[in-house]
This record gives sequence, C-alpha cells and structure tokens, in this order.
Amino acid sequence: MKHKLLGSWEIKKTNTSSALKKFGISVTSIVLGLLFAGLFVLITGKDPLQLYGEILQSSVGSSYGFSETLVEMIPLAFCSLGVSLAFRMQLWNIGAEGQFYIGAFGASYFALFFSDLPKLIMLPLMVSAGFICGGLWALVPAIPKAFWNVNETISSLLLNYVAYFWMAYLVYGPWKDPKGNNFPLTKIFPDSATLPVFGNTRISYAIFLVVIIAVAIFLLIKYSKWGYEISVSGSSRKAADYAGMSYVKNVLMVMFLSGAISGIAGMAEVSGVLHRLQQTISPGYGYTAILIALLARLNPFSILLVSFLMGGLLVGGFSLQTSGFPSSMVSMFQGSILFFVLAGEVFNNYRLVRKKV
Amino acid sequence: MVEMRKITKEFPGILANDQVSFNVNSGEIHALLGENGAGKSTLMSVLTGLYHPDGGEIYIEGEKTEFSSPKDAVNHGIGMVHQHFKLVQPFTVAENVMLSIKGLKQIYNLKEIEQRIIRQSEAFGLSIDPKAKIWQLSVGEQQRVEIIKLLLLGAKVLILDEPTAVLTPQEAKALYETLLKMIISGKSVILISHKMNEVLENTNRITVLRDGKSIGTVYTKNTNEKELAKMMVGRNINDQLEKKSYRKTEKIMSLDKVSALGDNGLLKLKNISIDIYNGEILGVAGVDGNGQKELAEAVAGLRLVKTGHISFRGKDCTKSGRKKRMNLGISYVPEDRMTTGLAPDLNAYENMALNSYRQYHGAFIHWDKIRNDTDRLLLAFDVRLASAANPVKMMSGGNIQKLLLAREIDSDPLLIIAVYPMRGLDIGATDYVKRLLIEQSEKGKAVLLISEDLEDLLSMTDRIIVMHGGEIMGVVNPSETTREEIGLMMAGKRKVDLHEA
Repeated sequence: MKHKLLGSWEIKKTNTSSALKKFGISVTSIVLGLLFAGLFVLITGKDPLQLYGEILQSSVGSSYGFSETLVEMIPLAFCSLGVSLAFRMQLWNIGAEGQFYIGAFGASYFALFFSDLPKLIMLPLMVSAGFICGGLWALVPAIPKAFWNVNETISSLLLNYVAYFWMAYLVYGPWKDPKGNNFPLTKIFPDSATLPVFGNTRISYAIFLVVIIAVAIFLLIKYSKWGYEISVSGSSRKAADYAGMSYVKNVLMVMFLSGAISGIAGMAEVSGVLHRLQQTISPGYGYTAILIALLARLNPFSILLVSFLMGGLLVGGFSLQTSGFPSSMVSMFQGSILFFVLAGEVFNNYRLVRKKV
Repeated sequence: MVEMRKITKEFPGILANDQVSFNVNSGEIHALLGENGAGKSTLMSVLTGLYHPDGGEIYIEGEKTEFSSPKDAVNHGIGMVHQHFKLVQPFTVAENVMLSIKGLKQIYNLKEIEQRIIRQSEAFGLSIDPKAKIWQLSVGEQQRVEIIKLLLLGAKVLILDEPTAVLTPQEAKALYETLLKMIISGKSVILISHKMNEVLENTNRITVLRDGKSIGTVYTKNTNEKELAKMMVGRNINDQLEKKSYRKTEKIMSLDKVSALGDNGLLKLKNISIDIYNGEILGVAGVDGNGQKELAEAVAGLRLVKTGHISFRGKDCTKSGRKKRMNLGISYVPEDRMTTGLAPDLNAYENMALNSYRQYHGAFIHWDKIRNDTDRLLLAFDVRLASAANPVKMMSGGNIQKLLLAREIDSDPLLIIAVYPMRGLDIGATDYVKRLLIEQSEKGKAVLLISEDLEDLLSMTDRIIVMHGGEIMGVVNPSETTREEIGLMMAGKRKVDLHEA
C-alpha cells in the first residue's frame, strides 16, 4: 500500500496479534485518549494534571470514593454484560438504556403495588420482573430483525426514548408520590423491596449477581452448545444456516437475554440505590455500557474491570462540578478514549514499518 | 514490447515475486502458467501499476518505465481483463465504454462511441450490440465488452486473467479466435491460466512460475503437458485417476419435478427430476449460474422447493430442513467455503464442531474430544496449519478445502454434495480432492459433483447431467459423450434435439 502522507513509512498487515500486544494497545489508547482530552482542559485555562488528580482522588482516593465507584460499576457492568452478549452475535443492541428503564419499571410495579409481600418473596419477584420486562423490551426490535431483517441498531436506539418518556409519564402522572411536594418521584419503596447493602456504604448485594452473570456468560460462550451457536452466527450467518442452526430463534433468545440483563440493572438501581422510581434513574449507563463492552472486547471479566474504571470516571466527574467544571467533561473523556481505542484497533492487524529504499 | 527484469515484490512473510524476469513480444500470446499462489497475479499487478515492485525494472518498447498508478499503465498501452468484470449492469455497452475512456468530465458523443465499438468489434470478430444493456448479455459477451473497452483505450498489451473459467467450450473457442486476430494486428496478449491444455493449444510461449520464481520460458510447440506439469509443481504428477465401476444397488436420493426460486425470487430450478445412487459420482455440468447452486441447496436442505418432491432412501423429505438432512447423512461442501462452510473468525477446532456439536448430551460441548478428533483428522487429511487455534480465515485455500472435506467426510455420510470442490486449488490439492471423492464413491457413498471443469467431470463421474437456465438439458455417459456435445447442451441445446439434428 502506497500512501504519500506516510512518507518513508508504510502500513503492513500482520498476522500475529498476541494477547500482550492487544493489552498494550488498549492501555496506550486509553492514555492517549486522556492526554487528548487534557488538551481541551488546557484551553479552558486549568491544569489537566490537577484535574486528573482530582478525579483519581475522588473516585478511588478515599474509602467513600471507592465505594461510590463500585456503586456506579454495578449498573455499568450489568448493561455491558447484556449488550456484549448481543454483540457476540453481531446484533447491535443499542437499547440497553431503554431496557434498563423498563426493567426498573417492572421491578417498581411490584415494590409499589404489592408492598405487603415479605422480603424473601418480594426481591426475587422484583428481579424476575426486571429480567422479564427488560427482555421483552429487547424483543421489540428483535422480532422485526429476526423475521424481516429490520436494522436493530436504529430500532433499539429509538426505543430508548419511548422507555424514557414512559417513565416520565409515570412519575409525573399516575405513579407520582402524592406527598412528594410535586417532585417527579414515586413514593419510597417499602423495606421489603430494598436490596441489602454492605455496612454503611451504598453498595448493594447486586454486585454478587454481576459476578455470577459474568461467570455464567463466560461458561455459556466458551463451553455450551448455545454459546457456540452464538459464536458461529456472529462470525457468519451463512455458516449458521449451513449447520442447521435456527437464526431466527437465536436472534430472539440472544436479544431477550441481552435486554433481560440490562433489565436486572434497572431493578438493582431502584431497589439497591434509589429506593424509588424517578425520572432520571440513569446518567446514560446503557450508552456507556456499549463503550465498555467494546473496550473490553466482549470478554466478561474485562467488562468488570473496565466498568470499574468507567465507574471511577463517573464518580470523579460528579465531584468535578464542585471545582467549576461541567460534569459533561466526563462524556468528553469517554468520547476521546473511544476515539483512540477504535483508531488503535488498526494496530492489532497492521503495523507501521520503515520502507526499504 | 514489454520486458520485466528481476521483479521482486514482498508481502509480510511471503516473497510473492523473487527476481522474476518476463518478456512479451508484439504479435504473440504468452501464457503465464502456475499454481495458485505462484505469483502470477502479483506479477501482473506490478505490470498494471497496482503494486509498486520492491525491486526490478519494467521496460516498455525498450524504454524504462515506472508506473505510479493503474491509469499510468493504461496510458502506456497495458490493459487487463479481470476475472470479475468491472461493468455497470444497468448501463448499455456504449455507456460503459464511454465511462472508461472519457470519464465524466467532457461532453461526449454516444453515437460516435457506438460507431467505434462497431468498428472494433468487426475488426476482431467480437460481435456485440453497443445499445444492449450489460445485464442482458451473457458472461462471454460481457467479457467482449471488457476487451473492446481496453482496445478503445489504446491497449497494445492485453492481460487476461483466467478468461475461460466462466465460458462454455464454444465461447472459449471464439475468444481464442479473437485473440489470434489481435496478435496478427500486432498486439500482445498475456494469458494467466492454470489450465494446461488450453495454454498448449493457444499460445506461442509459456512462462511457468512456481513459489514466486520464474522456472523458465518455453516455446509452446517444443513442450508438452508432462513437462509443464513438472515445471509447475516441481515433481512428476501421476495423472491417471483410476475409478472402479460401480453397481447401482440403492437409490439414495430422488428428486421428482423439483422447482425452486433463486435468491432474487425468480424461478431458478425448473422441473428437475434426478435419482442419485450409492457408489456413483453424479456430475453436474453447466456454465456458472444456471441453477447448480440452487440444486445443491435444494438437495442439502438449505433451499425450500416450490413444487415437486424430494425423497431420501424412499422416504419423503421434501419439507425437512438442513438439520434433519444432516441427520439423514447428507454432507455438503458448499461453493463458498469461507463464509458458508466455515465460520471465518473461529479456529479449526471450533469449525470442526459445526456438524458434531449437537451429539453431546446436556448443554455443554466436550471440547477435549473435539480437539482430539480434529488433531487426528488434520493429520489424516494432510491439513498443514501453523496452529489449529488460529482463526480459519488465516488459512490458505487448499487447507481450507481439506479441512472442510475432512469434517464432511468424517461424519460418515451417505451422500456428499460437492460444489466446485476443486475451484481455486493448486494441482497438488486438486489431485488430492479428486482422489478423495473417488475413494468415497468406491466406499459406496453417493457423490453429487458440481463442476465447471469438463475434464474433471469426464474423468471422475459415472453420469453427467447438463444444466442450462435451471433445467436439465440431458444426461450423458462420460465414456460415450464428447466435450462438444456437453458444450452445446451447456449453451441450451437439448440432448434430444442434438440427436435429431
């Protein structure tokens, strides 16, 4: 390949791509992304190093910050595990945000209207409701995809707005707490509908569920027949047909499970952290989850790690507001990191070499 | 006319051309012969300005030249007809020609171009209607359009990449007559091919490449098939395929008046009735795209039939899908090996599980067993991989086909459908695949072999059905038919009509 821009360098394809090299590329990309974002901080006249210091300090520098990072990590990891499953089959489920909202809605329904149930029945019921509602919501784009090949990227994305405004309708309308001073909130969940937490932190026991789901997805993909079908379908739909696998069935099942896991995230958020339903229950967890899944290359354990890092960035971002930065700075960091990670992908398959003259 | 001196081109890990020298005189047809991966395409890509060589020089009419782009090469009178034509389907012949010679910048005169096309086509016997739309033309006619395009661009050296792969024998003959007229008028033709008999019949000189090196250039009249084969593969090839005759004992599969739609919703299979017996190789001849693919898919269970019935060992299976047909014992080696027969991103082990993964009880696959089975099969079928844990898309064409065959044969099927199984393979791998299929039929398995290579069909099969336009033109016995008879049937003449005439 000849390219004038590169001068005496040229890009060559390589066939070797070791795990170590991949890891190195990921880390380098993230660092470059942060440096690039730092340029914008410089423009505003602040010291980027000080800013990064503040983020680090507020997210993992104290035991409170650390626990808050774990609180943020839980919904991120759930949603990311959910979308990663769909991504494995090359189904671009961008609807984790909506599935999260609908999961929260399903769980809240039982918390609000069956408040007399004992905890031991209530919590499993809420988890199931979150699971099923999130899954059904994901089926809405999955059905046209499976039967008529309608692009799921757009339909799943657009359904996020439907879910968001459904939630808004509920908390402004029928589900609004009459004693809530007209705020768009439901009344507080009964004790039986709240997940237990660790000590005096806000970290709920849902974190166990996150780890269990990560392990389950790992086993599913690596060892199970169904996981194998997902991998084959993701690599080539024609090969899946050829092997007699039902593409339609797999699209429906994978999308359902993908949405269901995000639905559990919604349940965990309202039951474990907020203890009520309100209009904004997510600062965009479902979108950040996509970024995390891609950064982690869909590996469930890497997803846990990256979710923790992104959770830290979120917590750091909240604290930035006190030092005069808009919290949307964090979105910029995320965007910058994603940009460099995607660009860095090139180096997994190509390398830059000096031309022989 | 053209001289290439010590051309070297390196890709990561591969020396595609190693100091290859090659020259073409005006007024000759010069064949570039070699197995896949021998470096023919790379050498021609250097000559057409697509690649920049790492070393070596190109002289055009004695003058040292360096091409910075394909356009540059065209301006120097070098043009290439690729295997896949670069034509705009909804446009007419004249419009396509106009696109390439004028670009879209200037005001053009379509009438004038039509006149020039007619003049060129008369001069070289390339009969074509400049007002016809491309999609209405046969593959052979589209090829003529490509050639006329190059001629009008002022090409003095024409490079043709496997030009007869998509033609009927009659069309191929017409093509060579055209090429002959061209060299008489002083042009040069470079023919990239791996078909030895064609090269021997139609060229003046032959240059053989092997492993990126030029093995030598010989005058066609002084050489023979045996010598060329030896030059190509570096050893003697035992060309005799022994096939034991078979005894029809059981009807394995039977199609009764089967019709099916193609991917575009048009009727692609019309009233097909055939029986396939155990121990026989049933060949299917035809120009690519005449319903062979749809036939294979209908038999494999991947294409629903519209009307008609299919039965397997006497039991109706018209409605059963691929999964059921797999269980019945129908193996399928598809035309598209890389994305249909295999999942390209998965490794060799994972791909070997494609048929057998369902056999395990419970939800999990026993990868240990699959790894052991795979290692055994890789050895038995002589598949050479750097690592079976690499994605199969990194494997070479020959290895991919062997891997696929290993899997499909290891499942101990009753019927093997093989679609263009030798296409794109080098001599060694082709020989291997042929022997393997013959061996399977001798073991009593039925083989449905779809191929475009008449030599292969004639030497391997017990019966040949010839398809045209989705219909069976007739069934012939390889020992009693001729290439001409099959060729006419491939072009749409029915066997009964042939014999009445």
